[in-house]
Amino acid sequence: MEVKILSARFDIADANKLEVAKKHGAYGTLEKLFTMEPAEVTEVVKASGLRGRGGAGFPTGLKWTFLPKGLDKPVYLAVNSDESEPATFKDRYILVRDPHMLIEGIIICCYAINSHDAYIYIRGEYIYQAKILQAAIDEAYAAGYLGDKVLGHDFRIDVTVHRGAGAYICGEETALLESIEGKKGQPRSKPPFPAVEGLYGCPTIINNVQSIASLPFILEKGADAYKAYGTEKSSGTHLFGISGLVKKPGMYELPLGLPLVEVVDKVAGGVRDGRTLKGIIPGGSSTPVLTAEEAQSVTLDYESMAAHKTMFGSGGIVVLDDTVDMVKLAENLVHFYYHESCGQCTPCREGLGWMLKILGAIIAGKGKAKDIDLLLELCDNIEMKTVCVLSAACTMALRSYLNKFRSEFEAYIANTASAQPVM
Amino acid sequence: MSNRAELMESGKPFAFDAERDAEFERLAKRYPSRDSLILPSLWLVQDQQGWISTEAIAYVADRIGTFASQVYEVATFYTMYHLQPKGKIHICVCRTLSCYLLGKQQIVDYLHNELGLKPGQISEDGLFSLEEVECLGHCGSAPVVQINGEFHENMSVDKLKEVLATLQSGGRS
Repeated sequence: MEVKILSARFDIADANKLEVAKKHGAYGTLEKLFTMEPAEVTEVVKASGLRGRGGAGFPTGLKWTFLPKGLDKPVYLAVNSDESEPATFKDRYILVRDPHMLIEGIIICCYAINSHDAYIYIRGEYIYQAKILQAAIDEAYAAGYLGDKVLGHDFRIDVTVHRGAGAYICGEETALLESIEGKKGQPRSKPPFPAVEGLYGCPTIINNVQSIASLPFILEKGADAYKAYGTEKSSGTHLFGISGLVKKPGMYELPLGLPLVEVVDKVAGGVRDGRTLKGIIPGGSSTPVLTAEEAQSVTLDYESMAAHKTMFGSGGIVVLDDTVDMVKLAENLVHFYYHESCGQCTPCREGLGWMLKILGAIIAGKGKAKDIDLLLELCDNIEMKTVCVLSAACTMALRSYLNKFRSEFEAYIANTASAQPVM
Repeated sequence: MSNRAELMESGKPFAFDAERDAEFERLAKRYPSRDSLILPSLWLVQDQQGWISTEAIAYVADRIGTFASQVYEVATFYTMYHLQPKGKIHICVCRTLSCYLLGKQQIVDYLHNELGLKPGQISEDGLFSLEEVECLGHCGSAPVVQINGEFHENMSVDKLKEVLATLQSGGRS
């Protein structure tokens, strides 16, 4: 089931080094790139069907066309390497094992959108990963792939690594821009969208690492070669991170559209011996959980996930077996979002904390019968009433646990009730 | 957010050493706005002295030419900036989702029982400090612990004991 498109050089020793990467094809598309018109490049990317791999799944080429024409301002590229959604650990492989694929993709994107300054926003915890990436960038400068004249052409590209410092919210694209500008990572109201008014008030394209890293293959082999993988509407391949209670957790590159449960069983070895599948988180912690029964009919593409009222997300699949206490798991996730709320909007800042307190009380044996409905009501009153979707990421997930595993929450509360002294 | 109450003075003035000064000047050319240097500068401070003192905040503001309040705002928003000295061996245990499912609590309990450490605390001898942190992006090799910036994957209590013993004897983990 596995394929090697983005991961083609992942298993080659020292492929992070320019010499090795080049021997195996890195920077092979650049000669062709400079014979093309920028708009042609965008058309190829549009035709490939590549969709944003950060989680939202917005068509990458289409996003580029939102840049205003004829403006007298620089255009910036921000590469999102914040990778902080729990269960997501795919971009790290690109940064460490094939950073030159990312740099080649940046050159392609910069040429297409006529940008000369790219910033790679990398999460602060990725210390060693940032060093490897910076070393690759230094090599690319020395070899003339970056700098004032890319490969001798009259086209400048400067790439700067900007390290975050421990804030999940900076994966949100406008918070990311604020952070590069030297501010707290608090999202901006949209519109204006970053393509019109982004970094330093200038038009800015923000793309995920994996989206950018997909560009060299698309340019080299063509849109049809990319569309040969995946489904009609969800084309290409994706780096899936499979984790949780499964025999062979890890990162696997797969075409989109494969049956979820078959992937968990065949690629990741299935649940541990003697255990049964209880549920699957399909695409990162914010995506609504699927019960084992629901998971049977899901395929790994944007459309199937939407049809099952969940989301494809970032390809971070978490396998849950029958030992998992769904109430405690829900509390663990709400804690994450509460901790990572930027504090800008009251419903999120206060509401997530309130929900966490209620869940804590239920677990501590102090829950009340009305708490489950109170939590559901809070979800409704928080969701989409904030500047960004962090709060919705929390409430969509929590609502799925409350609705699909309600009996587990009720059992905690029933035990509480039975433990009360009878008057 | 970091706890603003943690802000501390070091009692001595701060200035970048030659290496960090050169990196600061290199970065200064990469951004059209000097305020963009705030996050990288705070990293340089932490790299140099292990934590960010109020003197360093004033120095960074002065070097960049911005308000100390803006540097302060950034330093207190981002949780990886240490506003107080940490232990020589700073242990971050991931507490989220896959690490939670695969037993991060056993690691936290071990550190509590053996070293008397609670998350957020530093040992009396200044050797160890512990933080429970949110997802570290190593879910496929959970549970994961980051010690002095280095990742240790597929951790167990036994493996942690070995790593800490190596670090205490002065070796690299």
